[in-house]
Parts: sequence; C-alpha cells; structure tokens
Amino acid sequence: MSEISVIAVLDDPVRRNLYDYVSARGDGVSRSEAAAATGIGRTLAAFHLDRLAEAGLVEITFARPPGRTGPGAGRPAKLYRRAAAEHHVSVPPRDYRAAAELLAEVVDLTGAEPELQRSARSRGAAAGRAAREQAPGLPDGDLVSGTLSAQGYQPYRDGGDVRLRNCPFHLLASRHPPLICGMNLALLEGLLEGAEVTSLTARLDPRPGECCVVLENSKNKDD
Amino acid sequence: MTGYHLAELNIGTARAPTDSPEMAGFMAGIIPVNALADTAPGFVWRLADGDGPGATALRPCGPDVMVNMSVWEDLESLRHFAYRNGPHLDFMRRRRSWFHPMAVPYLVLWWVPAGHIPGLDEALSRLDLLRRDGPGPRAFTFRDPYPPPAQATLPVEAPLPVEAPLPVRAPVAQTG
Repeated sequence: MSEISVIAVLDDPVRRNLYDYVSARGDGVSRSEAAAATGIGRTLAAFHLDRLAEAGLVEITFARPPGRTGPGAGRPAKLYRRAAAEHHVSVPPRDYRAAAELLAEVVDLTGAEPELQRSARSRGAAAGRAAREQAPGLPDGDLVSGTLSAQGYQPYRDGGDVRLRNCPFHLLASRHPPLICGMNLALLEGLLEGAEVTSLTARLDPRPGECCVVLENSKNKDD
Repeated sequence: MTGYHLAELNIGTARAPTDSPEMAGFMAGIIPVNALADTAPGFVWRLADGDGPGATALRPCGPDVMVNMSVWEDLESLRHFAYRNGPHLDFMRRRRSWFHPMAVPYLVLWWVPAGHIPGLDEALSRLDLLRRDGPGPRAFTFRDPYPPPAQATLPVEAPLPVEAPLPVRAPVAQTG
C-alpha cells in the first residue's frame, strides 16, 4: 500500500476515533473495549479495526486473560495495538527529517547542546504562555494535558503524575538520545514555566516505549 | 545467547580538574550512577581504579582525558542502561557542563568472547579502528551497530577463520 493510501484509511471520523483510542493505549485493546470507549457497536468496531490492521496502522496480538490456562480457559482474546511503523506524506515533497538528522549531528559534534536546551526552553515557554492566555481559568492538569495532546505527546494520568505515551521525535531521539531527550525536557520545562504551572515538575524518567519525560505532581514530593 | 558479550569504551576531555567546583556535579553523580549500572539487567563488568570513583582517576590518554569501559551481555542491555535509565540519561544530558565536545568518535562498541574482560590497550585500539575506518564488525556505535560473530558454538579458545571478525574484549557511565 502506498503511504498516501495508508494515511487515507484514517479519513473516516469513526475509524480515526478508534485509531486514536488504540494509539493512546500502551497495552493491547480488545474490540469490546475500543467499541465501548468510542461509543460504537462491536461489529462496526471490528470492521474498522480490521481495516486499520490491513493497512498496517494497528497490529493484532492474541492473549489469554491473566490467570486462565488449559482447555476450557476460553479462546485467546484478539487485541489491537498501534503499529510502530511511521507513515509520512508531504505535498509538495519535504524532508525535514533529513535536515533534523544533520542538525542533530552538528549540535552533537560542536557541543551546542546548552544553546539547544535554551532555545527549546524558550520555545516551550512561548507555547505555555499562549496556552495560558487562551484558557486562563483552566486547571493546571487540564491545560497541560490539552496542550501536550495537541503536540502529539498522548498524555495520560498516572496517579498525580502526567505520563506521555508518545515521543514526537522518536526516530531522531533513538539516534541522539541525550541530545533530543535533553531538548525535549527543556521544551516541557519551558511549557510549564510559560503556562505558570507550579503543580507539575518535568523530569527524565523513561518508560519502555514511551516518552522519556514524566510531569510529576510537585505536591507529592517531599523535597 | 551468542557466546559473545558487548564491550564499550568511552572517553571525554574534562573541562576542569576532577577536584574543581566545575566538576563537582560529575564527581558526585558518578557514584550513584555506577551503582545503578552494577544492578542493571545485562551488566557484566566495568572498569574501576582504586584512586577515585569508577575509572575517574585513570589517565591513559593524557592528563585531561577521562576514560570508562564496561562489558554487557548484549547491545540492548547497554543501550537500555545508557539511554533508558532515568538517572543515567539525565547524567548524559548534562555532559556538556563537564566535558568538551569532540569532533572525532569518543565511544566505541565491540564484541568479546563471553567471560573475557578487555584491557585498555585493546579498547583504545578499537577506538582507533573506528576513527580510522568508520563503523564495522570490529568497532561500531549505537547508531551503526554490527552483530556478534556467527560462530555461536565455537569454543572460546578455538582459532577463528581468517575472514571472521576477531572479537576484542571491553563500564557504564558515559562520560563523552
């Protein structure tokens, strides 16, 4: 399937909604869960999920519910998970990733990381100020989650903390981890400063398959 | 299991002497980071010298150049510790405050027979190889890795065929 055909598979609001739900969940999601979460019937959910799987946007695994083994334990559940492959279409053709790779290499070689972190903090702060201006009365958690959602981080709550399911810079970060994770931390620290959010603190704490930053609830910490 | 372990060497030119205030953050941070390495999955060995934490007192490459070396069960264990362990990643994020940038490679990875601990001479020769020829089966990087030699069942003492890459023997905290 061509890239444009793969992306076109998402050009249906119901299917897009299902994809976004599956994508934001780290673990495998069953048809029933996805249907319930997006407010559609299971048969319709199955139809759309299978179209997404055919296009390679989600992958299918089978798992037994925990604690059940042996004959009579039931058929393993069919679970859907976001596929790892990236898909890009740009019209006219643009290749920002190639430029990003070159720029990252040069920052690494010349040691311009502190400047990168300063710039990133500045940029994050501008985004934070803009978000706060647009929604001055919004609680911190909602403001931050909304902004980070729009930026593609796929935030989710973990106790009082905010965790980020998706790394918007994934391939670049895997090739230049300290550089890009440092940049990312600075972006998020800046965001919190600009939005005047004091209840959360950004810290590096990678979880498998997720973004390297956690936004920790400052009130829970003793220090 | 392939019968091979993954060795790494990394070097860095410190911005100031280790007892200076500029390096205080590094010298304090290296101790807990080394402790984390010791219990990390896949960790086998790291270079240590009695005179300072880890390998911080060793100067085989000149007065300002610090070295570190470690051995891991496989590449993924090292990659996970280096870049997916919170405290170590944070340590790496701050490296510019303590170390000068280097225009030539400062980190090299290579395969060693399981159970072999590399010496500094071998490690430095692998770094030279990387700097001279770029990444290859005998000296590579995280961005351009190479698999271990294919002879999984070969006993350690047996001579390897001429064409096969000779694995060389090789700590965790990245100083570069």
